[in-house]
Amino acid sequence: MADRGNKGRVVCAMSGGVDSSVAAALLVRAGYEVIGVTMEIWPEMTGAEMAHHGGCCSIGAVEDARGVCAQLGIAHYVLNLREHFQERVVENFKAEYLRGRTPNPCVACNREVKFSELLRRAAALGADHLATGHYAQVQGGPSGLHLMRAADPQKDQTYVLWGLGQDELRHVLFPVGGHHKSEIREIARSLGLGTWNKPDSQEICFVTGGDYRTLVGGQSPPGRFVDRFGHDLGESPPLAHFTVGQRRGIGLAAEKPYYVLELRPGENTVVIGHREELEGTRCLVEDARFVSGLWPTEPFDCSVRIRAHGREVPAEVVPQGNGEAEVHFLEPQTAIAPGQSAVFYAGDECLGGGIIA
Amino acid sequence: MIYLDHAATTPLDERVLEAMLPFLRDQFGNASSVHAAGQRARRAVDQARAEVAALIGAEPSEIVFTSGGTEADNLAVAGLPAARPDGRQGIVTSAIEHHAVLHACEAAARRGAPVRIVAPDALGRVAAEAVRAAVDTDTALVSVMAANNELGTLEPVREIAEAAHALGALVHSDAVQAAGQIPVDVRETDLDALTLTAHKFYGPKGIGALYLRRGVAIDAQVLGGGQERGRRAGTENVAAIVGFGAAARLAKDELRARRERIGALRDRLWRGLADVSGAERLGDPDRCLPGHLLVRFKGIDGEVLVLNLDLQGVCASMGSACSSGSLEASHVLTAIGLGPEAAREGLRLTVGRENTTQEIDETVRILRHIVERQRELVVSHG
Repeated sequence: MADRGNKGRVVCAMSGGVDSSVAAALLVRAGYEVIGVTMEIWPEMTGAEMAHHGGCCSIGAVEDARGVCAQLGIAHYVLNLREHFQERVVENFKAEYLRGRTPNPCVACNREVKFSELLRRAAALGADHLATGHYAQVQGGPSGLHLMRAADPQKDQTYVLWGLGQDELRHVLFPVGGHHKSEIREIARSLGLGTWNKPDSQEICFVTGGDYRTLVGGQSPPGRFVDRFGHDLGESPPLAHFTVGQRRGIGLAAEKPYYVLELRPGENTVVIGHREELEGTRCLVEDARFVSGLWPTEPFDCSVRIRAHGREVPAEVVPQGNGEAEVHFLEPQTAIAPGQSAVFYAGDECLGGGIIA
Repeated sequence: MIYLDHAATTPLDERVLEAMLPFLRDQFGNASSVHAAGQRARRAVDQARAEVAALIGAEPSEIVFTSGGTEADNLAVAGLPAARPDGRQGIVTSAIEHHAVLHACEAAARRGAPVRIVAPDALGRVAAEAVRAAVDTDTALVSVMAANNELGTLEPVREIAEAAHALGALVHSDAVQAAGQIPVDVRETDLDALTLTAHKFYGPKGIGALYLRRGVAIDAQVLGGGQERGRRAGTENVAAIVGFGAAARLAKDELRARRERIGALRDRLWRGLADVSGAERLGDPDRCLPGHLLVRFKGIDGEVLVLNLDLQGVCASMGSACSSGSLEASHVLTAIGLGPEAAREGLRLTVGRENTTQEIDETVRILRHIVERQRELVVSHG
């Protein structure tokens, strides 16, 4: 093992999971002085709430991360980011749903919490870099830093990192991004890290019990189902229960299954139709950003991904003013959901993205 | 490592450890047993009870051993109103109490007891007049701490007790921070109940006591055997009680010397920091525990200071620690009128017996450097 600390100080964001645990271990092995931190983002729970949720996940995560840091012989701190997380992620998530959109909270969390406030706190601790357990890679080049897909295509997380710019990339490290997940588990096992066989997290981290609908839609009234032409098709559950492209939960008898085409919170209606009506060839994105920091002046061809677990498809991106861009798909796409991120790729490079309007 | 968090806990005095060791080894008897082993334990507990009583001017029979300060506070807040023969239920307390009192009051409020919370002034003083105004004919108990754990501010407990007693209320004071640091006398102060704990004055953790004035009834909260005269069940933690007694005796004997030495070091620490840009001392400098220094460097988060100090080997705190170890805006600083940002900027440095002049000077040097660097960061980040 290299001498501790001769490569500078790094703050490693640790969730208690296997990826960030190994990230910290790899940094220690590489000779960094590593400080483990766990973000505390959930509101304080009472004893009754903890019992109801079958244990407090944030305390559990803290304990796992603290245990790994003790094993690695590094400092560990819990940083209170509750207010930031509530304001920038949870409230935004609720507001977007109530607007009839389908937000991606991980995009908001990375951009507005981890790689902004947490990065600032890492600097305040004298760290040159903030490391996370994300599967992504940063490559240097003559024109600046490039955000590249992870070595493991199954685990690539660049889709939720498109909001990062040059200022952020200069100060981040993704130690696991060059490895396959199986290698990461193997490293964790060989180091005897207690977290090596923890399951991968899947759900939205702040939605306990797995149902975001109760979080956002608990108090909203029922709506109406309508077709594309405005014909009333009956009462619907609250709009927050639906996202564009959803089939489940409509419950109307028809020869062909219905899908959600659009949510209109203004009139409290859920527009439904059949699968072919879901298809579209273009969308507008807003709040667009480019990793390079340079706003393109000309339309360009790239591949675009419009949902977290989707595939990239060929498209032309036409930059507009005001942080907006039009995306023209070469083939029709189903269920282009407002609120989701459209992320632009050139080969293995993530160029940036925007929020589907 | 430089340890400046004595309000959180103190190191165990070597002499206290020596007194305890026999009771962790061969003197293992249960103080309730009739045989010789039990009797030896009983004698040790009796002696410790007398030593703890002597520290606060009480009688040995007025001392109820508990698992610590929190349990003693809970016992007072829940048990005193419940045992009142006249059926009074109300509780009056202050906004800057420890959570061991505040959360117990909230629990009482949930069960229907009227709870009034008195605000302190900007220095953290709870005025006797404000307490008097909050007490009415239904007030069973007034609970105001002897000294605040974050600010170090000393409360006018004697005046508060006088005012409360005149209106028929019982008076409890959480003296966890004050006992062993400054003279505390339950007779002179005229208290019905008082909380203290060993680990704040070089005794072991996990042992505390509630002083309960003779003749004042209390409903036990921990039920079982008849230990502690039926006021707190459970086999006595003999070794810890013996340590508590030894620590109390030493604190009483050495009180003045410790107080002068610690006070001088604390003053030296503040002199070294007072001219740092944006430095502000919080609390009441004229009526303060000897070891306490709560400072704020305007615009710099207390968490940043505590963590950077730790990275450089200095142990300090923002206020009271929470279970998962993260740092919250202080309810005490909020209560003395600081805004949400400023209430996160408190840095608590609490000096103790073993600190040296060199350690204080080194801390000043390190802290000045940290503040300077944070100011540069703010400038460079705009």
